[in-house]
Amino acid sequence: MWDLLLNAIASGLLLGGFYAAVTVGIAISFGMLDIGNLAHPAFIILGSFTAYILNSKFGIDPIVAGIIVLPGFLVLGGLIYETYYWSFERRGEEGLRGLAFFFGLLFITEVALILIFGVDYRFVEAAYIGPSIHLGLVDLPLRMLVPCLVSLTMVAILQLFLSRTFIGRAILAVSQDSLALRLMAVNPTRVKLVAFSVSIATAALAGSCLIIIQPVEPSIGRDYIGRVFAVCVLGGMGSFPGMLMAAMLLGVVENITSTFFGPSWSPAVAFGFLLLTLGFRPTGIMGR
Amino acid sequence: MKTSTFWLLDALVIVVVFALSRLVTNDYFFFATYLVLQYIVLAEAWNILGGYTGYINFGTAGFFAIGAYTAVVLHKLIGPPIPVSILVGGTISGLLGLGMGYLTLRLRGVFFAISTLAMAVVLQTLVTNWDFVGGSRGVYIIRPSQAPFIGNYIQYLFLVMLVLAGFSIAVARTIEHSTLGFGLATIRDDEMSAEASGVPTLRLKLISTTLSGALMGMAGAPLPYYVTYLDPDSGFNLAFAVNSIAMPLIGGTQNWIGPMIGAIFLGTIQQVATVTISSALNLLIVGVLMVGFVVVAPNGIIGLFHRRAPRRQG
Repeated sequence: MWDLLLNAIASGLLLGGFYAAVTVGIAISFGMLDIGNLAHPAFIILGSFTAYILNSKFGIDPIVAGIIVLPGFLVLGGLIYETYYWSFERRGEEGLRGLAFFFGLLFITEVALILIFGVDYRFVEAAYIGPSIHLGLVDLPLRMLVPCLVSLTMVAILQLFLSRTFIGRAILAVSQDSLALRLMAVNPTRVKLVAFSVSIATAALAGSCLIIIQPVEPSIGRDYIGRVFAVCVLGGMGSFPGMLMAAMLLGVVENITSTFFGPSWSPAVAFGFLLLTLGFRPTGIMGR
Repeated sequence: MKTSTFWLLDALVIVVVFALSRLVTNDYFFFATYLVLQYIVLAEAWNILGGYTGYINFGTAGFFAIGAYTAVVLHKLIGPPIPVSILVGGTISGLLGLGMGYLTLRLRGVFFAISTLAMAVVLQTLVTNWDFVGGSRGVYIIRPSQAPFIGNYIQYLFLVMLVLAGFSIAVARTIEHSTLGFGLATIRDDEMSAEASGVPTLRLKLISTTLSGALMGMAGAPLPYYVTYLDPDSGFNLAFAVNSIAMPLIGGTQNWIGPMIGAIFLGTIQQVATVTISSALNLLIVGVLMVGFVVVAPNGIIGLFHRRAPRRQG
């Protein structure tokens, strides 16, 4: 009983670390730029599949593969933001039609992947998939530990980027007051373009992490819609420390639920979290 | 045209369409048309909240499946005729819609949209873990092969859905031309000013979510008899959500004609694609058309014919 609980908490924390990688893109696009990018999970799956191709064809380590495709995802993010800006934001129609746009992108990406790869589960090969570290009662599978570390590193780098560089501070500024930014002679649209591209680029690495943790098929992206938005809202929209805490909390609660009540209940956890947060504490645990 | 005239005309169209359908002998025609009609109901229902009131509902599948599962429960307990299941299913989904209406008190825009999606997933998990309705294994419904006076059972289901589609169109048109419709439009355009001008926004929003939810549930109630095997994955399929959003957006959201045109257009394309190419392609077509239309023709097919007032510059 106790070792079950302890293990559930430990692997929940690792899972939470990985959820941070999945959410950090949404924390930027939705939390800071107010762009409800529902399609983000689909881009994560796209990242998983690029890692899968590079791994199975050329034997490249999935994490390295994630880094290799980063520039491609940056460009993709840029293209999506340009389309979004010219079609919706410029006209002030981002509400209904913008959401429908991203909802459509979600399905296009998913079905395109299904048509190319089919609905089989794909997985990658790497030395760290399989063994675990034993610490007393607790098992830490490397398959979970590596993505968690990659994810924490990525979040730390992004935090440094946002707080130390000029463009990073401009991104934080655009999230607070884009009119003031305009008065400082900075073009908010350019800043948003960079920020949105970065947010999509994180999906490449998050996708690599995902396919290390579990085999991937195109439609599992939907399971992550609830998780990413739950973590983002619970963490207080765009605050990275809050996001990390929320991700860990969700990981632990999800793991305990599936250990003690069966995995069929775990999809409701994230969405239940989200509904409760929105209903009772919309500013999240670290509301800004 | 007066509302009562419209209802009469609507009833007349139903009778004529049904009479014409008696000439068709191919059963597949009824299977395919049933789906298109079902999408008319879903699209009109979605549009009451999405198009008229301006709140986006991603949870269509949830309301739809609650209607379907209510019919399953009733079928297992007493086995009532389908119209009774439709009324009960509609009532329960309507109550769910009422609950969703209270969400609008706190949530707007993206938050509301995502929480409706959340609600659908939570409901799906509950149904998956509920053994009485088959849980994740699904449930079989044995339907009679013949219906009295109509003949083949699929033709009976077709008639039921035809009436529902006509009903939903009439309801949508009635709302549009009533004080309720104008009230909803003020909420869509600017909720704060509407509230400030004395529009009872909460009451109107509650009516809108309840009606929308009830219609979706009514569309779902005949589903178990149509598919004869229902499992949570097919009942709560996200395809219902994406279709019910895409159809009004493609047709045009300002009036009742748009969702109907969108549903007929997209529904027919999907039926043809399923038969001739593959069913996986369906969602791709829906996705591409939806993205294409919101980018290129923001006012849908209807908007291509009507030139509206020049767009607001942001």
